[in-house]
Amino acid sequence: MKKKAQIRYTVSFLILAVLLLLLFIWNINAGSVHLSVKEIFDIIVKKTGEQTAYNIVWQIRLPRILAAILLGGALSVSGFLLQTFFGNPIAGPFVLGISSGAKLVVSLVMIFLLSKGIASSSAVMILAAFAGAMISMGFILLVSRKVKRMSMLVICGVMIGYICSAITDFVVTFADDSNIVNLHNWSMGSFSGTSWGNVQVCTVVVLISLVLAFLMSKPISAYQLGENYAQNMGVNIKAFRVSLILLSSILSATVTAFAGPISFVGIAVPHLIKSLMKTAKPILVIPGCFLGGAVFCLFCDLIARTVFAPTELSISSVTAVFGAPIVIYMMVRKQR
Amino acid sequence: MSEYFVYTDKMTVGYNGVPLIKDIEIRLKKGEILTLIGPNGAGKSTILKSITRQLSLIAGTVYIDQKSIKEMTEKDTAKKMAVVLTERIRPELMTCEDVVNTGRYPYTGRLGILSEEDHQKVREAMKLVHASELADCDFSAISDGQRQRVLLARAICQEPEIIILDEPTSFLDIRHKLELLTILKDMVSKKNVAVIMSLHELDLAQKISDQVICVHGSAIERYGEPEDIFTSEYIKKLYGVTKGSYNADFGCLELEPPSGTPEVFVIAGNGSGIPVFRKLQRKGIPFAAGVLHENDVDCQVAKALAAEVVTEKAFCEISTEAYEKARKIMNSCKKVICCVQEYGPMNERNRLLEKEARENGNCV
Repeated sequence: MKKKAQIRYTVSFLILAVLLLLLFIWNINAGSVHLSVKEIFDIIVKKTGEQTAYNIVWQIRLPRILAAILLGGALSVSGFLLQTFFGNPIAGPFVLGISSGAKLVVSLVMIFLLSKGIASSSAVMILAAFAGAMISMGFILLVSRKVKRMSMLVICGVMIGYICSAITDFVVTFADDSNIVNLHNWSMGSFSGTSWGNVQVCTVVVLISLVLAFLMSKPISAYQLGENYAQNMGVNIKAFRVSLILLSSILSATVTAFAGPISFVGIAVPHLIKSLMKTAKPILVIPGCFLGGAVFCLFCDLIARTVFAPTELSISSVTAVFGAPIVIYMMVRKQR
Repeated sequence: MSEYFVYTDKMTVGYNGVPLIKDIEIRLKKGEILTLIGPNGAGKSTILKSITRQLSLIAGTVYIDQKSIKEMTEKDTAKKMAVVLTERIRPELMTCEDVVNTGRYPYTGRLGILSEEDHQKVREAMKLVHASELADCDFSAISDGQRQRVLLARAICQEPEIIILDEPTSFLDIRHKLELLTILKDMVSKKNVAVIMSLHELDLAQKISDQVICVHGSAIERYGEPEDIFTSEYIKKLYGVTKGSYNADFGCLELEPPSGTPEVFVIAGNGSGIPVFRKLQRKGIPFAAGVLHENDVDCQVAKALAAEVVTEKAFCEISTEAYEKARKIMNSCKKVICCVQEYGPMNERNRLLEKEARENGNCV
């Protein structure tokens, strides 16, 4: 049995790694200019090749792919942390309105800065998104004190999400600037137009948060038995809850700051990973979620930009198409 | 106070700063079991939660191993104290072994990875509660009885010096109740740990506890050895029993007897009357019983169920006084039931009662 489980974990990680590699290559390859695997290899590893292709790969596709990997991973880890916190498998940054809160504050800050003629930097965007995420989170925490039923909590989250989206739409519609087109694209959710600068900031923020989340594996797994047992196992509950909230908010805020709100990844991926590995042990599930989220977002981004090329779909519509059925399936199965 | 492993000094517990029970003084040594009894909502769980630090104390101090729990870190407490709680947990995708493994967390490193020694201790704990075969089962798929055993194993492998259990036997059937408490008792003597728990089963509390605390009202009403606590009158008072009664010697509950003047007279003795008493009680027919010796089991039950009981001192022949009293009651009843088959010198006069009833023709 122990052996079997270990083989399962190893195989799961291998599958995820292989998928990630395949999608990575496919993503570089696909698009208006097709590149062979050999060309890709030359361009990335040897840094040689035809100038246009070289630029496409290095300036457009690679940063976008890296963003999809990092942000997709961040989103699903954030989802996993929230699910642990609320003890609810359908909690996630999107359904709880945290992404939308972040979106609202980011658009407000962007419009304000644009009207002053200042371009907003990555750090400002993350801070704004984090502030927004924390505001939504605050509301959700207040609500969670009052309502014990988890379905009610999710409904409240969805409502908060709608309110934030409505205000964002309102603000975007009446803001008078040509740059608003960008803002509009961003508010729908997209990995396009990611710069190397964005990727650098993302990498730092996401990787640090991930390592911290991973280091919290032990208290998280104690917390899976409930708050009281966790406390008895030596977990400082207050500190733990605060760090969990902060980490999940930073992760989802980073995603929103760079790619806008992306739906369902935070719920669907942790569920898929847990079913694949047949365990909920955070020490395995956290890295698993990161890889899974990366694979899921790479796949969805590939579809978003190639299926109706040259028109691009918003990433959120694609993740919804694949993620929502999984979430519905989970809820139906949970009812039984 | 150094001889006690757990002691409290004017411990006052409650919720949100409002005191519920004041000045609790617990004195417990290792290897002893302290049981909290009392009516629903009296505050047994509140006391337990305050000791486990789920609730903060309103006043006073709890000392474990000479240290105030307020001054201990979470990690210190985790190595001293383990809990089995009433709340039902539904962990996702965890096997029973995974659940027991969590008991070792206070001893593991940053990432909570168990060493071979830890695994050994987990296996030992599971063996102790007879749950080894459950190791690979999904925790949410096992029965309540098994679940409680697994949670006890979790507590055991935490290697605590004190275990706190909140109503560990609720939801369990009698077999599992007995099993769980036997395991607990064994463990207390083998590992020399202290146990504080709350129980609803008075009969079991009476048998397993070294000390009993009765929680009632705003204070500890009584605190002592089970022999002093478990008297029928006191238990009736503690729980505010108004219908029926509790027999502390047998640990059994009796329903309210039918009221009214006796319609049936039961001649009983030597345990032969009990089924008849119960039947009459069920049918709601008031009855009288006699003449019963005070050391007869029939006498105990009759006292709880009969409208009137004529008794005689133990080991004595039935006196004329008792005989006449029984006769008088018997002759006022419509029917007489005689359960006694054999007569000896002590209950000779019951034979006379039977004879008289047969002559009257109302003996069934």
